Amino acid sequence: MKIDIAHVAKLANLPLSPKEEKKFEKQLSDVLGYIQKLNEVDTENVEPTFQVTGLETIVRCDTTFPSLSQDEALSGSTSTYNGLFKVKAIFGNES
Amino acid sequence: MKLRSLTIKKATEGLKQKKFSSVELTKACLEKIKKLNPTLNAFISVCEEEALKDARKADKAMQNGNTSPLLGIPIALKDLFLTKGIRTTAGSKVLENYVPPFDATVVKKLKDAGAVIIGKTNCDAWAHGSSGENSDFGPTKNPWNTDYVPGGSSSGSAVAVASDMCTASTGTDTGGSIRLPASFCNVVGLKPTYGRVSRYGIVAMASSLDSIGHFTKTVEDAALLLSITAGNDSMDATTPQKQVPDYPKSLNRKPRELMLGIPKEYFLTGIDPEIKELTTKALSVLRVSNYHTQEISLPHTEYANACYYIIQPAEVSSNLARYDGIRYGFRRETFGDEAKRRIMLGTYTLSSGYYDAYYKKAMKVRTLITRDFDEAFKIVDAIIAPVSPTPAWKIGEKIDDPLKMYLSDIFTVTANLAGIPGLSIPIGFTKNGLPVGIQILGPQFAEETLFEIGKAFEEATQNETWRKRKP
Repeated sequence: MKIDIAHVAKLANLPLSPKEEKKFEKQLSDVLGYIQKLNEVDTENVEPTFQVTGLETIVRCDTTFPSLSQDEALSGSTSTYNGLFKVKAIFGNES
Repeated sequence: MKLRSLTIKKATEGLKQKKFSSVELTKACLEKIKKLNPTLNAFISVCEEEALKDARKADKAMQNGNTSPLLGIPIALKDLFLTKGIRTTAGSKVLENYVPPFDATVVKKLKDAGAVIIGKTNCDAWAHGSSGENSDFGPTKNPWNTDYVPGGSSSGSAVAVASDMCTASTGTDTGGSIRLPASFCNVVGLKPTYGRVSRYGIVAMASSLDSIGHFTKTVEDAALLLSITAGNDSMDATTPQKQVPDYPKSLNRKPRELMLGIPKEYFLTGIDPEIKELTTKALSVLRVSNYHTQEISLPHTEYANACYYIIQPAEVSSNLARYDGIRYGFRRETFGDEAKRRIMLGTYTLSSGYYDAYYKKAMKVRTLITRDFDEAFKIVDAIIAPVSPTPAWKIGEKIDDPLKMYLSDIFTVTANLAGIPGLSIPIGFTKNGLPVGIQILGPQFAEETLFEIGKAFEEATQNETWRKRKP
């Protein structure tokens, strides 16, 4: 099994050095080879298990309740402005 | 009497009878931490000041007649549990400076029960690992032999209880991260049923598998802690509206005759002869105490680990996507090697065109593994199996070969895939002096049965010499 590390790293937004790419390519190919083992199992007519204790459609009332204050919510960030998170611009200078 | 060696039960009795104070008990644990932590590296943060303050508060409350079940008991938390105002790192440099603005539900429950939070324990970063070596804060050492791993990922929590740095500690178990270190360190480790304990405020690893449990010195203490941490939480939709039994009380019931299943797939080639021998001996002890045993088959066992290593990295990649360095934590290049591997593995298997072949296929195999257990529990009340095919291995032995490390989990991942509870209890030592444990597995929400069997084993072996050993 070969894995396109550069492509996967881009999808995962993980900056990797060329040395890391080489190391991970080998290691992840080993693991991918191992998990192919599941192809031996006949799963025709078997439903997937997404919730293991059988809970379904858990909802709550659409009401507000006490939450973090603005200051608390911002307390972990090093980049804030006027009580907001400051991030890089997503759009260009469109008029 | 060494205060720091006491169980929760004995410490609570001593505190109530005013034989000692919570400040004395807490100081005894802090001294042990100061002495051993430079070698064992079990704690990332020690909360000396806060702990002593809470202990003084507990002593005062005790004088005023407060009878909270954990009043004044020093408890350590895996550094995955968010603690308001106390740094929480998840063992990763990404969160090296992260101070949470709120407590996890379990932390709040422990505090409300009077617990003294003594510190935050070391673990594989993001709980990714079976040995503790993936921590960005350095590996934790096994107190029984510091050349060996303590098991992971909840390494520091197991070591802290084993070496009397605290009375009990918390952990998380996604594929064995409580049961494995418990068995490598000679302590009791509980992985409850999926959803029995709230995950809110605990750094997420793989959301369909994560289970929140703890380490204690006895089975009785494990039952007591679960009666405090379990229950529905509006902040975690996977916690059912199911009544929480009085676990300690049910331990006092008249012992039942039970049928125990021995899954033949867990004893095939590859298992260490000493593990096999000790497990067989433990089974003969159980047969003397009210239990019958019967060989059973869990035919899909050999596929469980491959199934787990698809589902878990897929969910890891999704959960770790939130770490963008904007709201808290450092940027994504700060992730260590193991987190990067799992993020990429999961991103790959979930990427366009691969989802059906990997994640969906694994979720179908998961159904078959769950059915194996359902069938088994029609004929047996619980299952007894080794926790690991080998005892603890040497530090460095598997670190350069991720696949070899992943194979350490073959006996533990099955319980997470099926959502069932597992209790890891000590059963003795190898000739090299390394601890060995077995796991007792039961149907979903049957923790009471596991405690009953675990306690019966403790009682039947209480006079054996290995019980008296200390690291």
